Amino acid sequence: MKAKRKTGLVFFPAFDWAISETHPEREERLLYTQDQIFEEGILDIEGLLEFNPSLASTKEVGRVHFCVPKAESVVTESHYISAGGCITVAEAVLEGKVDCGFALVRPPGHHAMRVVHGARGFCNINNEAIMIEHMRQAYGVDRVAIVDTDCHHGDGTQDIYWHDPDTLFISMHQDGRTLYPGSGFPREMGGPNALGTTINIPLPPKTSEEGFLYVMDRVVLPILEEFKPEIIVNSAGQDNHYSDPITAMNFCAHGYAKLTEMLKPHIAVLEGGYSIEGALPYVNVGIILALAGIDYSWVREPDYNPEEIKQTDEVRGSILSTCDFLLEERKKCGQKREKYLEGKEFVERSKTVFYDTDNIIEEQKEVIRVCRECAGVLKIDSYADTKNHLLGIRIPRKSCKTCQEIGRKWFEEGNVTRFNLVCLQDRVTDEYYVKRK
Amino acid sequence: MIVGLDVGGTHTDVVVIQGKEILCKVKVLTDEEDLLKTVCFGVIQAIQGLEVQSIERVVVSTTLATNAIVQDKIEPVGVLVASGPGINPWAYVIGEHYYPVSGAVDHRGIELASINDVEVLEIGKELSYKNIPNLALVSKFSVRNPGLEFKMRDLLADNFQSVTLGHKLSGHLNFGRRIATAYLNAAVTQISRKFYNAAKGCMEKEGIRVPLEILKADGGTMAQEVTEQYAVETILSGPAASVMGTLTFADQTKEEVVLDIGGTTTDIAILVDGVPLLKPLGIRMGGFNTLVRGLRTFSLGVGGDSWVRLEGGELKVGPERKGRALAYGGPEPTPTDALIALGLAQGGQKRRAIEGIRRLAERMGESLEETAEQVVSKTCALILETVNALVERVNQQPVYTIHELLKGRQIRPSGLIVIGGPAKELAPRLESMSGWQARVPPDYDVANAIGAAMARTTCEVTVMADTDRRYVIAPEEGYVDTIDWRATKKEVIRIAFDLLRKKALRLGAREENLQMELLEEHEFRMVQGFYPVGRNIRVRAQVKPGLISPYSEAGA
Repeated sequence: MKAKRKTGLVFFPAFDWAISETHPEREERLLYTQDQIFEEGILDIEGLLEFNPSLASTKEVGRVHFCVPKAESVVTESHYISAGGCITVAEAVLEGKVDCGFALVRPPGHHAMRVVHGARGFCNINNEAIMIEHMRQAYGVDRVAIVDTDCHHGDGTQDIYWHDPDTLFISMHQDGRTLYPGSGFPREMGGPNALGTTINIPLPPKTSEEGFLYVMDRVVLPILEEFKPEIIVNSAGQDNHYSDPITAMNFCAHGYAKLTEMLKPHIAVLEGGYSIEGALPYVNVGIILALAGIDYSWVREPDYNPEEIKQTDEVRGSILSTCDFLLEERKKCGQKREKYLEGKEFVERSKTVFYDTDNIIEEQKEVIRVCRECAGVLKIDSYADTKNHLLGIRIPRKSCKTCQEIGRKWFEEGNVTRFNLVCLQDRVTDEYYVKRK
Repeated sequence: MIVGLDVGGTHTDVVVIQGKEILCKVKVLTDEEDLLKTVCFGVIQAIQGLEVQSIERVVVSTTLATNAIVQDKIEPVGVLVASGPGINPWAYVIGEHYYPVSGAVDHRGIELASINDVEVLEIGKELSYKNIPNLALVSKFSVRNPGLEFKMRDLLADNFQSVTLGHKLSGHLNFGRRIATAYLNAAVTQISRKFYNAAKGCMEKEGIRVPLEILKADGGTMAQEVTEQYAVETILSGPAASVMGTLTFADQTKEEVVLDIGGTTTDIAILVDGVPLLKPLGIRMGGFNTLVRGLRTFSLGVGGDSWVRLEGGELKVGPERKGRALAYGGPEPTPTDALIALGLAQGGQKRRAIEGIRRLAERMGESLEETAEQVVSKTCALILETVNALVERVNQQPVYTIHELLKGRQIRPSGLIVIGGPAKELAPRLESMSGWQARVPPDYDVANAIGAAMARTTCEVTVMADTDRRYVIAPEEGYVDTIDWRATKKEVIRIAFDLLRKKALRLGAREENLQMELLEEHEFRMVQGFYPVGRNIRVRAQVKPGLISPYSEAGA
């Protein structure tokens, strides 16, 4: 058997790590997937290369996150390996060792936002973002698209790239009114400097293969075509599966493989998916075969019955109108951008973030400079009920002189008696500074 | 007294050892067309003048199965494959009589679809009609539940001379390899049966009435009586024999590399604490990946007779071999000629060696001596480069736990054990270039036969328990039992060692040589809904490759 596309695989099931004994994110999660991958002889396929994950460094984490109060308190070895596994795959792709790759790693990362006070949605640090910023820093990659096909809205990734016009973030997920984290609506389209590079397609419960592939055809592929990314990343969560215990969708292994074939991601990264016996073994095999360009038509779940999970007309109609609405709204982005440019120099956004896994509440106030020339300097004032108070400043990549000056001035003025932590992420110089009480 | 015999491509080596003493070593020419004669003649030569009554053990390592496969002299096999969902079963097609059939088992060992009797019986008729005598019956996940393979056997066995069931050969998960392994096993079963029965008969005629043992690819032995079940395991025993022959010289606390430098190739193996490394899943044979346990040896196309020439002004050594060295009447210069020209090796016609190297020297614009030096250095450099690459690959072997990833033992060789034709001459150079101490064992010319003589019986078992469904199984061993819902890993490990001991004894081991160890031990809490329901426990254990007592305590 030979792969049509050379495919890299980092398979790291972390058989010695769990959030807690009976938590969905536990040792057993990828056990049956491993069984299936081993039994199918996936690792014997010519042109399929397996790599051991590397460990991400604190600097690579710091390039993306403000870890409060410090990296060691929120990031463990398992997280460094998971992010490092993504980096390993990315490097193999960028160095031409493989055409594409899959980081089958855990723990997941797409709910981790810019500021990290703890774990939310089983995630501490954002594996994809850490990988993407590494690709930019070490390999000069510029435009990247992330297509998040996890059933939960990729709110962490959205938060990190909200203001970045060079990163297209598309999330298709179960409607936030029916599922954690409760966000990801079509009107969420990015900050004033990056309007239209965040795309959210909430799908009604019981969406099946037909609906997912329709959205791919109608929305995802055309927008990708227009954006012209150098690299496409797939946050390949697998909890849209009809057998998943914590969601309500009707997607299947064949559908996931087909979606992968249509998307042709350079790098796929495992996110959620907790039907560990009935779905993951088949979905993962399907994704790997599709990436490698090998016939996946025989991959199906033992209890797969397409009639049973067929989409209703009501679901079909709802998806159709969401897509219509989204595409209409997106046309208005140019106009909105003009308005911002005519308006105030600084725009504020406030939000409350709940860390469900660690039970922490964070209040956040964010200030972005509306900038004609760059992604705009960003300031975050974040206070959590752990009593940690952060002032985080981010000077974006390719930042203009003015934004750089403002950012450095904000950092200098940052008062360590008011904030117990003042951080500067300077993506222009790739340097990261911290002031503490 | 122990007799060890290793059939090589050109020579067959035989030794008779007693204690630490080699009573006799014999080299006879190998007759590829009549291996039986070679083996019998070799043994007869070696035991001449010795007391046959005091022979305790005879171990042979032959190229029988390997040659049959490589030269396509195997018997036809009907392959029936129950794949169920997954990769298209036609991707694993092997041999000329391959039949995907219905029936499916999932990763939990649950039968999803049964065998269609009519379909299987029809295929049986077709195979009988075509006079196919052997069957390989394989289902996906049969190491979790061999039911489909048994069902097919019950329907068909009566009309065939040999039946191989996939799950009997290995406990590892890998459907494609299971198919290939079962196919190859079925294809050499009858050839092996006839051969070893005849060999046994021939020994008996000479008055040798002790059990005959056959060397396997993992450097262990098995009794002749069971070879017909595991015939495929005898492939590639040659390289294993040589490695085993160096073990008495291995350091029990270090990582070392064994180099067997032959005429055409150099075989490389790695020893960790005196134990040779095995291939993680199985060896590759005749273009197929298999589940046959085998030493992790690598064959590099560089040896004493490699073709030395200039290509684009650059000195090249191998991988091609044009014939013997010039000094021995060959057509082209070789590393052996360089050694002879330098006066480092004796033998052959020195004049021819010098002339050949001088012709090279003239084209390179170097002195004769400098050129010969460069040939030797280049040869050693190629070998050492490959050693480093191999070590690197072993060190990058995938691991699946944080503990292993962070604490994984990295192999850093500190010694070389060199055997084969030019071992003595090349060892000092290899030592100075690598910085690793290089040693050449005495009797290195018959290390392979010594290895066969001293090798212990090896085997492996895989046991899986599910305390929720309250069973424990080792399908390879035909073992199924109930287990208490409170059972822990400790209990399963005990079962595994118990099964392993029984298997080893059945394969011909002696109690004092049962050096057992765990290869894998995993215990997973299983959760359904949000409640723990039991444990999934997986244990793999082996009798590790090594030497029989008292040689195992050696260390020269």
